Amino acid sequence: MAETIVANVKPAEPLLSKRRKALIVDPLSSDNPITIQVLGICSALAVTTKMEPTLVMAIAVTVVVVMSNLIISLVRNLIPNRIRIIVQLAIVATLVAVVDQVLKAYFYDVSKLLSVFVGLIITNCIVMGRLEAYAMANKPYDSVLDGFGNGLGYSWIILTIAFTRELFGFGSVFGFKVFEAIGISETGWTGAAFPTNGLMTSPVGAFLILGIIIWVQRYFNKYQEQ
Amino acid sequence: MKQSNAYVIGFSVACTIILGAMLSLAAVGLQEKQAIARDLDTKKQILGAVMILKEGDDVAAIYSKRIKSFVVDANGDKKEGVVAEKVDIGRNYKMSPEAREYPVFEFVAEANPSEVESYILPVYGNGLWDRIWGYLAVAGDLNTIKGIVFDHKAETPGLGARISDKEIQQRYVNKKLYDDKGAFVSVTMLKSEKGNMIDEHKVDGMSGATMTANGVNRMLKAYVSHYQPYLDKIAKSKATPKETPVMDSIQMNIDTTKVVVDTTSTAKLQLGTNSNNNN
Repeated sequence: MAETIVANVKPAEPLLSKRRKALIVDPLSSDNPITIQVLGICSALAVTTKMEPTLVMAIAVTVVVVMSNLIISLVRNLIPNRIRIIVQLAIVATLVAVVDQVLKAYFYDVSKLLSVFVGLIITNCIVMGRLEAYAMANKPYDSVLDGFGNGLGYSWIILTIAFTRELFGFGSVFGFKVFEAIGISETGWTGAAFPTNGLMTSPVGAFLILGIIIWVQRYFNKYQEQ
Repeated sequence: MKQSNAYVIGFSVACTIILGAMLSLAAVGLQEKQAIARDLDTKKQILGAVMILKEGDDVAAIYSKRIKSFVVDANGDKKEGVVAEKVDIGRNYKMSPEAREYPVFEFVAEANPSEVESYILPVYGNGLWDRIWGYLAVAGDLNTIKGIVFDHKAETPGLGARISDKEIQQRYVNKKLYDDKGAFVSVTMLKSEKGNMIDEHKVDGMSGATMTANGVNRMLKAYVSHYQPYLDKIAKSKATPKETPVMDSIQMNIDTTKVVVDTTSTAKLQLGTNSNNNN
């Protein structure tokens, strides 16, 4: 109701105005949920050993963040302030449970791989953070854009980590043996096998890569510690 | 804006009902699909013990063509009215070995459905952190391992979790469960990874995963001995072919192969009795 009234008073904002573009673009770099806000680290370390489960995790988190942002934003004026956190939690938990059920039905192998981490999206701070910080106070469409931007910001970081970890830890990308394909294997031109890096398969490897990403990003963003 | 207690309670009740309905709708609606997915996964694992499945293979079709399954009890007698695929190995594991149901999956030859290429037996046990399980495929001679698959719930990634890698499972192929005299020795995974293949009862270890390897060894040893009564029975039935020779040229051919199988399994029968004496 409130929106139509506002729309009548001033000319409607374009679907992708500068402000709205910023909602999507900012979380990719200057306001990234993982590297700047340092949220959602646990899953960034846990699921990123290989590209495939990581991609599914990225999609799952993006879907959950967008949907929960939308729902919360739609009912934001109805939610009693005193119980808002528990209401947010209930909605997120329901969405996550549905995602989990869908994965079990259509992507059984992947759901086996991700196992407990799908359930842990509930506790992914990015989701709750966006609800509390944005969706509770903004209109549905903006909230969806904000959720989408943050989902993408989360996705590209964990996919970068997963790419590096799978490449050096297993010598493959999406299960495709890269080093074997270009001839670096036991029968390759060096005559030596590509030694896979055990550090990359353990969560410690993810920490190191994440650190390097943050470093590079801060260098380009001219970040200054306040 | 201040809401009354009644509003807060009303909101929570409405919230609970709506979200609860959504959840049960999703669970009930997807139940069938999930059961199919689970089923297919089990079949994939069973077939994985004897063949390499490619992307896009029709697992269900291959399974129904090549696998014949039934359930035996601890004495090796067939149990009627139990579907082998439906047996929950994990729940059976909690019972005493005598009371358990033991599914057997026969992998039959593509050309001749009555010729069993290998016997696939489920195995189940404890790894380092949680349960581990798998399927052991024993060749027609009831001694040589044709293939093996392992899976696990929570072994350490990169260490114990490697038991689900093809590379590790490949190490078991062509190893023998019984020694020359027919006594059961099982196949043991060693401590440390040296890349050498010592003898036909040992496989190379996994570096940093000795505890998981111990679990695998215990599991294999326990389950092969649980299936021993049944394996003895097949050996016996192979020693005395029931079919009477038919004067048909094709049938004759099959007969000769049976005779060949005969000689090996007669030897195995003696081995079987030996191991019984040992028990």
